[in-house]
Amino acid sequence: MKSFLLGLLTATALSVPALAQEEVAPALLFDLGGKFDKSFNESSYHGAEKFKGETGIDYVEFEISNEAQREQAVRRFAEDGRNPIVAIGFAWTSTLETIAPEFPEVNFAIIDAVVDAPNVQSVVYKEQEGSYLVGIMAAQASQSKKVGFVGGMDIPLIRKFDCGYVGGAKSAGATDVIQNYTGDTPAAWNDPTKGGEIAKSQIGQGADVIYHAAGGTGIGVLQAVADAGKLGIGVDSNQNMLHPGQMLTSMVKRVDVAVYNAFNDAKNGTFKAGTNVLGIKEGGVDYAMDENNEKLVTEEMKAAVEKAKADIVSGAIEVHDYMSDNTCPY
Amino acid sequence: MEFFATLITVLDSTVRLSIPLLLAALAGLYSERAGIFDIGLEGKMLAGAFAAGAAAYITGSAWAGFGMAVLVAVALALVHGFASITHRGNQIVSGVAINFIAAGSTIILGQAWFSQGGRTPTVGGDARFNEITLPGADAVRDVPILGPIYSNLISGHSILVYLAFLMVPFTWWVLYRTRFGLRLRAVGENPAAVDTAGISVPWLRYRAVICTGVLSGAAGAYLALAMNAGFVKDMTAGRGYIALAALIFAKWKPVPVMFACLLFGFLDALSIRLQGTPLPLVGRVPVQFMQALPYILTVILLAGFIGKAIPPRAGGVPYVKER
Repeated sequence: MKSFLLGLLTATALSVPALAQEEVAPALLFDLGGKFDKSFNESSYHGAEKFKGETGIDYVEFEISNEAQREQAVRRFAEDGRNPIVAIGFAWTSTLETIAPEFPEVNFAIIDAVVDAPNVQSVVYKEQEGSYLVGIMAAQASQSKKVGFVGGMDIPLIRKFDCGYVGGAKSAGATDVIQNYTGDTPAAWNDPTKGGEIAKSQIGQGADVIYHAAGGTGIGVLQAVADAGKLGIGVDSNQNMLHPGQMLTSMVKRVDVAVYNAFNDAKNGTFKAGTNVLGIKEGGVDYAMDENNEKLVTEEMKAAVEKAKADIVSGAIEVHDYMSDNTCPY
Repeated sequence: MEFFATLITVLDSTVRLSIPLLLAALAGLYSERAGIFDIGLEGKMLAGAFAAGAAAYITGSAWAGFGMAVLVAVALALVHGFASITHRGNQIVSGVAINFIAAGSTIILGQAWFSQGGRTPTVGGDARFNEITLPGADAVRDVPILGPIYSNLISGHSILVYLAFLMVPFTWWVLYRTRFGLRLRAVGENPAAVDTAGISVPWLRYRAVICTGVLSGAAGAYLALAMNAGFVKDMTAGRGYIALAALIFAKWKPVPVMFACLLFGFLDALSIRLQGTPLPLVGRVPVQFMQALPYILTVILLAGFIGKAIPPRAGGVPYVKER
């Protein structure tokens, strides 16, 4: 028995350096929406899969199911020698603020929030710019000149989407933007029934193009919009294929690129801490075009949105960032 | 006139939002009137919604989905019955366990079968309970007042909505006009008396939890196949607990249960409609206040207007034949 235990100990001792010898052992932490939310988290998954496909290096992942698991999950990965550790979503902020200083040799990355620590890379997006573009398209596609926005949890980040969208829509002639939020708790990301009901209410008020930034709740929004024969706009990932012919476009946020880059930089030893802000110019946000929506987007729309895109890149249009002062001027 | 049109849309939304609550609350009514507290309504609804989504996707038939939802929910109800009737376990613990089992297993099975993160694939056409237009709805649409009420509010819902409302008088009839109903109510108040009369307490209670399973499965099927087009994880979003609140609110009586559920549905619909709209006199109301309104009103109504809600006397107490 003693020798057996000793053997086990030796085996463990041997296996730890073996892990350390590996170049990188990346880890990916999803947020509450879940890995296959057809949206934000799924996009990060695609980035990690791309890295795996190209380099053959496997990664570990964790889908949390409640708030209490956050700290435990990050610490576990860090103690296991995982490096880099990429956390998806602003909700990881306080967790990384606590744990990153405890493991100074581990590289962390966080998407959608800024954590000020020497070993954390923070990636934030100018969602307002992408939302501005889809707002222009929404206003042009709308016959009633009334468009809708459905947010998930009411937080400044989602207000940022909202505000950019309102700005874009109003600049292209929308008279009214109906805005709704699903709730004030994380449950608001997973309530498609209420999402659908909100969409129906907005349609009842005259909206005919509805943009959602609501995670799993958005599935219900887009379904209700498609059922009513109106147009929906997806978010984060390209969601055009959810209801072909009923989706005007999607505001894509290239979370996959950020995850891929973080993994790749760590592999090449070029991982840099600090804040990356990705807007239209950096290719971080954009609107989606594919065979599912090409018939819906007219030449005129395309011209307007491409012009706005060029203006944003050149600085001629500056889309207001809600989070800079917590107000929306549009 | 615009106000009237708005009112109709809000009421229309009220009907849709209150149906899952109504079905779940009636489900709870059968079990609780028989003396079995059921905090597991949420779990049974969720499991029912998942079964409905999965079966409807595979068979392409909404009714097959409905049947599977009922089967799964009845199975879970029987587990609750087995623990709390046969083995005289704590009913709250068993109910909570069912909620956890449902929340976890739907995601795991969904991921294993469909690989979409616990979601079932989107269904369409016959695999959903589509809206049905009642006869004459289009013809009377232009009649003032009554036209919109009939064509928008009464017509144009899925078949389950009408079934749910029919369940209210049916439940009342079962409970107050049949022998089964009399015994059901008796077993919740004084099981020893029922036993003395030579009627099996466990069998009666088992039949009550089966009724609960059928109705909570129907509530799940409505969520997945009528309001949505498939199952999404945790899609019940606490509706089982709100139904439980409605049941207490209505003092365990079928017709008041309907009104309580309609009230909750109305407040929900109103909060959606009023978000961000300036109200006369008070101006723009914060979103958070509108969303908290249903709960604030519940507390106020419960505290001040409804009076004391007395549960069935034998509720939560396992029946022991002899000591």
